[in-house]
Amino acid sequence: MTKDEVAKVALLARLRLNDDDKGRYAQQLTSILDFIAQLGELDTEGVEPLAHGVDRTNVFREDKARPALDREDALANAPRRSAEGFLVPAVLD
Amino acid sequence: MSSETAKPYTMVVGLEVHVQLQTESKMFSWTGTEFGLPPNTLCDPVNLGLPGTLPVMNGKAFELALKTAIACGCTISKYTKWDRKNYFYPDLPKNYQISQYDLPFSLGGSLPIPADNEGNGGKTVRLTRIHLEEDTGKMVHTSGQESEVDLNRAGTPLLEIVSEPDIRSSVDARLCLEELRLTLRYLGVSDCEMQEGSLRCDANVNLHIDTPAGKIATPIVEIKNLNSFRSVERALNYEAERQYAKWKEDGLTIKDAPKETRGWSDPDGVTKLQREKETAADYRYFPEPDLLPVVVDDAWVARLKAEIGELPRERRERFEKAFGLSEYDANVLVEQGKDVADYFDAVVARTDQYKTASNWIQQDVLRTANAKGIRVADFPVAPETLADLISRVGRGELNTQQGREVLGKLIEADGTGDLEAIIEAGGYKMVSDEGPIREAIEAALAANPKAMEDLKTGKKKPDAIKGFLRGQVMKATGGKANPNLVGQLLDAMLSELGG
Amino acid sequence: MQLTEMKAAELVAGIAARKFSAVEVAQAFLNRTEKLKHLNVYVHLEPEVVLDQAKAVDKRIAAGENPGPLAGLPVAIKDLLCVKGEPTTCGSRMLKNFRPPYDATVIEKLKSAGAVLYGKANMDEFAMGSSTENSCYGPTLNPWDTKRIPGGSSGGSAAAVAAMTAPVSLGSDTGGSIRQPAALCGVVGLKPTYGRVSRYGLIAFASSLDQIGPFTWDVPDMALIMEAISGGDSRDATCVPDPVPNYLAEIEKKPEKLRIGIVREFFGEGLDPEVEKSVRDAIALYEKLGAEIKEVSLPHSKYGIAAYYIVAPAECSSNLARYDGTLFGHRSADYSPANDDEKKLPALVRMMMASRAEGFGAEVKRRIMLGTYALSAGYADQYYNKALKVRRLIRNDFETAFKEVDVLIGPTTPTPAFALGEKSADPLAMYLSDIYTITTNLAGLPGLSMPCGLSSGGLPIGLQLVGPALSEAKLLQVARMFERETPWHTKRPNLTV
Repeated sequence: MTKDEVAKVALLARLRLNDDDKGRYAQQLTSILDFIAQLGELDTEGVEPLAHGVDRTNVFREDKARPALDREDALANAPRRSAEGFLVPAVLD
Repeated sequence: MSSETAKPYTMVVGLEVHVQLQTESKMFSWTGTEFGLPPNTLCDPVNLGLPGTLPVMNGKAFELALKTAIACGCTISKYTKWDRKNYFYPDLPKNYQISQYDLPFSLGGSLPIPADNEGNGGKTVRLTRIHLEEDTGKMVHTSGQESEVDLNRAGTPLLEIVSEPDIRSSVDARLCLEELRLTLRYLGVSDCEMQEGSLRCDANVNLHIDTPAGKIATPIVEIKNLNSFRSVERALNYEAERQYAKWKEDGLTIKDAPKETRGWSDPDGVTKLQREKETAADYRYFPEPDLLPVVVDDAWVARLKAEIGELPRERRERFEKAFGLSEYDANVLVEQGKDVADYFDAVVARTDQYKTASNWIQQDVLRTANAKGIRVADFPVAPETLADLISRVGRGELNTQQGREVLGKLIEADGTGDLEAIIEAGGYKMVSDEGPIREAIEAALAANPKAMEDLKTGKKKPDAIKGFLRGQVMKATGGKANPNLVGQLLDAMLSELGG
Repeated sequence: MQLTEMKAAELVAGIAARKFSAVEVAQAFLNRTEKLKHLNVYVHLEPEVVLDQAKAVDKRIAAGENPGPLAGLPVAIKDLLCVKGEPTTCGSRMLKNFRPPYDATVIEKLKSAGAVLYGKANMDEFAMGSSTENSCYGPTLNPWDTKRIPGGSSGGSAAAVAAMTAPVSLGSDTGGSIRQPAALCGVVGLKPTYGRVSRYGLIAFASSLDQIGPFTWDVPDMALIMEAISGGDSRDATCVPDPVPNYLAEIEKKPEKLRIGIVREFFGEGLDPEVEKSVRDAIALYEKLGAEIKEVSLPHSKYGIAAYYIVAPAECSSNLARYDGTLFGHRSADYSPANDDEKKLPALVRMMMASRAEGFGAEVKRRIMLGTYALSAGYADQYYNKALKVRRLIRNDFETAFKEVDVLIGPTTPTPAFALGEKSADPLAMYLSDIYTITTNLAGLPGLSMPCGLSSGGLPIGLQLVGPALSEAKLLQVARMFERETPWHTKRPNLTV
């Protein structure tokens, strides 16, 4: 993994990295990916992927509404807020 | 025909429609889905994406989605799952949207575009797929440096319906969307209020231009912010003109330029280029580990099919076949909403005067309902009463004019009037005796000698003169004369007089 | 005997019988905790909050009410389980000020069972790590040797019980995060079957692997806690509704015919000889007790770490995306462009990038990067999808093995506790310390670690038992067989207080 690739992934993952970080991650992630490359040895043709921790299906909840959180509780953890909402740096469409 | 056909290009349109499902609670959690509440008052830990929370699928939302797909003739997947679509945006609390990627619950299907009486529609649009996902919250730009996030809408169940690029005009795009709204309302899947955002539409559009060198396709543009049926039509017309002008200027084709996203500005009547995202989209879809897959068996589909009942397109066909209505009349009765067609069905179940029933409902009933601002389901005259009245007119007990007056009185009485009593009290009885009618015709001729003269000299057309005289006779008899008899006697007497 | 030396069952019985009060119990543990502060076990502990709960229990008992099966029992909580209104930080700067407006399902269950929620225990940040060194609060020290790590990521929860600062605790296990610290701290730790305990309110690391489980001194206490926290939950779709057995009644039964499988692959290179000897002794004891011992193979287990380090980071990259400074958690105070590249980015994006850079520690960032990469366009097939297929093969291995045996046996970890700082510079070496536990998570199976010896250096050694899905009752039974015959679960670290 090159420093440029690290920078691309970091932007995708919204992580600010300085130049040192990029170099270190490039090296560490490369060695981890080298280790992971052993998966390539295995022939997995026709093997069904296993994405879930439990092998069940069709779990639904009933369509019933219950009271919402008080707005004060909903906003309580906001790093910045107004009286009625979460505030973030301006988004212009 | 629609205006585009005269142009040197064909408009090619595909729709991407988002529809909020009519559920009591959110897709994955328990707060309600009401529109228009104060910001952030419809939130729970799950839809806020708080650490530690988990989604659990709303069974009703899934069934409404299935019903939609069944109604559109989609292929229902036996096995479907949910995936995470990863992207960062403040209106998406978890920074991933629970959606469906490679195994949506349905594929294919189609939507009819009903014909209007101006030569539009009358086609079928193929669907690519329908899938289920969660809605996002809303961003409100407040002042200067900050935007406010309102998460009331976040987690509302949302259907994404994607069509193939089968639409060839802006009117057809609107008609297709209207048919979709009608179908979804019939199914009780969504209230489809574009103003409230429960039906939202994006359109992908480009042009196929005939040139001496062959057919050329312009770059595809995705138009967003279409918030009314009218804006769909206007935006597509604008965009077609714009693309054509641009192509004439720069000659760029679909091969030369990437797809771009433009927002429709309704007040300005133009589409504007939207700012490109700072990073290329890479949604990193993967199966949502917190939600288990769903297996849909035939019995489930059969049960929902049985619940669906008759669809708008099936109803139109039945109205044409069973009641001899024109395609246009059948469509008007159906497209005005389920309660209108239900009302018609209730009337024609009790009278064989189908055409009269159709006319009166399209005119008197709908006009009155609109004027009063009520739904036809709440119309003050019961369909049984209207059927009775129409039958009496059909049997010649009242003439049409009288019938309409009686209907007016029934409406005035706001559901409390008795048909028999109103007819009795108003003396609404059609006069079919020849004697008094002859007298009235003679009187009319005597009072209007010029009419007879015009007829003889051929100065006016006979039909016009007859129509005038018929009106005079009806007036003189207080509208009670049998109009058919008036016509017959008038014809006979005029020919006797050598007219 | 001092209150802090009692087992959970004894404490509950004593409080109910009014031999001592819940407040006395709480106070005894608070006193001891105060004296053992240097171990850095707790990241949040408010004595008044603890005592208030204990007082309420005493009041109910005095009023003749049924105070519940865990009445007055202090339970230490790994700091990733949401407790309404209390700090829940995941050992991360990102969540230092976060107070959830709701209780995790297990917390609700503990409360309704009458338990006293004790302190929040230290952990590797967002449960990523095997040593509890990746905490923004600094490492927890191993009570058996304070120069060593307690294991991780639930190192605080394991050390809390080992140091007798709490009689029991809850942790979570994604790749060994309960069993490995239990082994290294000489206590019993159980990772239940995936779906046995609700994850609602467990702050996610890797959703398809995470599972909550208890730490206790012995198997009967484990059965007691498991009964209280297991069972279906309408708020967790992956939580199974199957009835919860009466674990306490089950453990004293002796399995009629017991077939134990020795996993060949767990006795290879890298296994410490002392650990191997203790585990072999344990196997010999089982054989003496009448079990049939068979060697079995899990041929794909050697790919476990590689598959895990794709699946878990991929899920983590998505689960941790929500920490971006917008709705909750840390927001950077200064997100002005740090370089020319950032000048092109909108303020919102810079805010998110800076907040995440400041809020997350190195290991969390490493895994987010790895997971993002493994899911990204062009790499998902090679990495993520491949890993899911290998995961299937690993589960198939277990299914095959369980056709022949009832439980699998082996070491929990390759070595006893390693020194603080020993592996922090080498992520891969750290990952390999979970080599025997990680496949259980990939397969969603229950695994239990119990003490089975002490090294020549006086460090605990753990024995791991793994069973088929929902076989917790059997696992506890088998563990209890061993416990009845051996002294290891009674050993305590030498701590001067």
